[in-house]
Amino acid sequence: MKIRYTDVLVVGGGLAGLRMAIAVRRRGHEAVILSLVPPKRSHSAAAQGGMQASLANVIQGQGDNEDVHFEDTVRGSDWGADQEVVRMFVHTAPKAVRELAAWGVPWSRVRKGEREVVINGERVGVTERDAAHGLVAQRQFGGTRKWRTCYASDGTGHAMLYTVSDLAIAAAIPVHERMEAIALIHDAGRCHGAVVRNLMTGELTAYVAKASALATGGAGRLYRVTTNAVICEGMGQAIALDTGVAALGNMEAVQFHPTGIFPAGILVTEGCRGDGGLLLDGDGHRFMPDYEPEKRELASRDVVSRRMEQHIAAGKGARSRFGEHLWLDITLLGREHIERNLREVQEICRNFLGIDPVTEPIPVRPAQHYTMGGIRTDHTGESPTLKGLFAAGEVACWDMHGFNRLGGNSVAETVVAGMIVGESIADFCDRSANDAVVSTGLARDFLGREQVRLDGLLKGGGGENANALKAAMQKVMTDKVGIFRHGEALAAAVEELQQLVERSRHLGVGYKAAGANPELVVAYRLQLMLRLALCTAAGALARTESRGAHYRDDYPRRNDEAWLQRTLALWPDPADTLPTLDYEALDISSMELPPGWRGYGARDHIAHPDAQLRQADIDHVKVEQAGADRFALQEALMPFRHLLPERYRGPNERLAEGMS
Amino acid sequence: MSTRDPDRPRGLRIEVLRHNPADSASRPRLQGYDLAEAPGMTLFIALNEIRETQDPSLQFDFVCRAGICGSCGMLINGRPGLACRTLTQDLDAHIRLAPLPVFELIGDLSVNTGKWMRAMGERLQSWLHDGSAADVDRVEAAMDPDLADEIYELDRCIECGCCVAACGTARMRADFVGAVGLNRIARFRLDPRDGRGDGDFYELIGDDQGVFGCMALLGCQDVCPKDLPLQAQIAFLRRSMARQGFG
Repeated sequence: MKIRYTDVLVVGGGLAGLRMAIAVRRRGHEAVILSLVPPKRSHSAAAQGGMQASLANVIQGQGDNEDVHFEDTVRGSDWGADQEVVRMFVHTAPKAVRELAAWGVPWSRVRKGEREVVINGERVGVTERDAAHGLVAQRQFGGTRKWRTCYASDGTGHAMLYTVSDLAIAAAIPVHERMEAIALIHDAGRCHGAVVRNLMTGELTAYVAKASALATGGAGRLYRVTTNAVICEGMGQAIALDTGVAALGNMEAVQFHPTGIFPAGILVTEGCRGDGGLLLDGDGHRFMPDYEPEKRELASRDVVSRRMEQHIAAGKGARSRFGEHLWLDITLLGREHIERNLREVQEICRNFLGIDPVTEPIPVRPAQHYTMGGIRTDHTGESPTLKGLFAAGEVACWDMHGFNRLGGNSVAETVVAGMIVGESIADFCDRSANDAVVSTGLARDFLGREQVRLDGLLKGGGGENANALKAAMQKVMTDKVGIFRHGEALAAAVEELQQLVERSRHLGVGYKAAGANPELVVAYRLQLMLRLALCTAAGALARTESRGAHYRDDYPRRNDEAWLQRTLALWPDPADTLPTLDYEALDISSMELPPGWRGYGARDHIAHPDAQLRQADIDHVKVEQAGADRFALQEALMPFRHLLPERYRGPNERLAEGMS
Repeated sequence: MSTRDPDRPRGLRIEVLRHNPADSASRPRLQGYDLAEAPGMTLFIALNEIRETQDPSLQFDFVCRAGICGSCGMLINGRPGLACRTLTQDLDAHIRLAPLPVFELIGDLSVNTGKWMRAMGERLQSWLHDGSAADVDRVEAAMDPDLADEIYELDRCIECGCCVAACGTARMRADFVGAVGLNRIARFRLDPRDGRGDGDFYELIGDDQGVFGCMALLGCQDVCPKDLPLQAQIAFLRRSMARQGFG
């Protein structure tokens, strides 16, 4: 029996995992990172357009601050977010950008003087301030009132990941590559590490740790057409769910990105629209202003994706041999802009479509993009029900995105959550009460259980093919749990997925090697992925309203009266074919921004009876605080600073705003 | 190519160099697979189809499948390249695939670039060397926008290993850092946030394992999927390091 011990086991070598490991290492704790692939190959590298932080450096970002970022994020979430967490996030995001700048990220920088930008299809001259020359530049993204998205051309995630990954090497943090956590070791509500499979040899090892931190990213591969990397199969969420103790939050909240290239689903950044690109239909008509006159192409992603699909359904799509799509036109931005700021986009278009976006429009259609749901954590990043289990980044439902994430907030979340959760893990490890007390018998039991499961797949001679079932699952999710949802289709999806669960209990694996065995990997992951798919589909069926990316055409209104609640999904018994759903209410009486209209999208919702009461409270506080600065007012409305690690509580300096 | 009839797909024959070093009975061999070409088919799509329908044992690596992560470097008809963004329509119907040479073989088309990346990072200390800790509450230090663009240009490397596989020196001596490593140094050398000077870089690369090992065969730049100006960087570094050595 092979057991390894460490203070902190970090599962996942992307930005969130690396940043957490660096944080705990700096606090003197030992960390080991497990990664399916070399860390620099993680899906974080695919983030193109940028990271939101309210630096207010560019002229179009003037007046931006944490308050504006907070409001944009909460509206973007369609009031599904945890507002305290959003506050923690927007406060720390500028620190994260500045830390990364000091660490070496080659952020694009502001150039003083006049320049031309494209706004609403028109070329407009703007003048950047002398004082801002050389500071981190920012571009526009959807759903934001200020230009806030910091970027390194359109390879932002790549630049960030390389810097942070190299810093983890500098800190001598070991990364065990091609290693997969396949189960969490836990006992009496306490997580003690993971059973880990070596993908090259097939060997199992128990990693025993004081704290375990999952940072395995999203679950886009539940869908057939996704912008996600092939490793984004949701295994972090799945092994947490498999404990029967940790809950998943809001798994029905799935984001579709408006501009996946058609038909491959490869992402081209929202920066294309942020920088002035337009969406055109099959007739070459710019249709978004018809639907969303206020925000046009720059409404939030859920709204734009829905409008695109609606427009295609109305017969306005462009036809191709693969089906219908729309066009993303960035030709008006000009060659120089594209070759400086949208280089990856140009490369992708050339390599996968054989076109140059400088002269030709890009065929696009919405594709699955982001998993808002995930392992439910509190503001420290810890599971409220499974002590010692932490999660950060896309795998988590820390819940700053609610039901729709704004572009530029995910790669920001990876590092910000890494900073904050990393500190809380270090605090956790500092407390002697949390020392690891694990019997080797427990580790042996879990190792044995997993070995039996894998042997069963290898030796059992079932007739079901894992690849075929996986394709069937992806089809059900894409056809029935997609952008537009309906009760009947969702009910059918739940039933079909349950049948797939039953069938997945009779898999036959043709290739019998115990070591590197791609077929075995598909088989053991599929059984877990099906449970995630069911959490998503069952959660969507139960939620009889529309909120953010979750849109029910049979319940098109957001219903705050009934559904200002976070879904919790649990899987207590492995023999089940359905999750157990539970709900936790979002407390309106403590919200800094009570629910209202988002500023784009549908204008009617069923109001919560307490929304007006809370608004009256807020108005009262504002009168009381008349003349106070924005920090004091914010503190009076919804205190959050005490939730942050002490080192991140300081105010953020800006050009127009000194250190108050 | 557009001249082909889309309703009559080509038959592709893909030959893969198979070997499993973990199995003592395994001998390197070419194995052929036949499949029908589909419109827009990349080697990513083709290899996955082969694995799902013909041979579940076939080992290869893909992550982003979008030309961003650098996982899928392999020899495509003898030339290093990224398989995910190679369209089969740009190749003859007979395609031969082999793992990248120079790197440790994991199995079939999968090589251990991760182990190499880590070792290279440790050896070249490829992170910013800076004595002062940043005050993250304060406005960040300014940087000239053109310089930031220049650094970004070199930072775009995805460490796919194609340049190493195409390098004459790397084929002959395993300790050569390769164009990828030299580009990394060039990137830090350009960065005013890095406290190291040429004397420090000379210690790292001022020998045959470093910048003086390059034979200037240009293979690295020919195959670089990101079109990085590798030879110019190496030439420039070599001159600076020579000056340092003589100084």
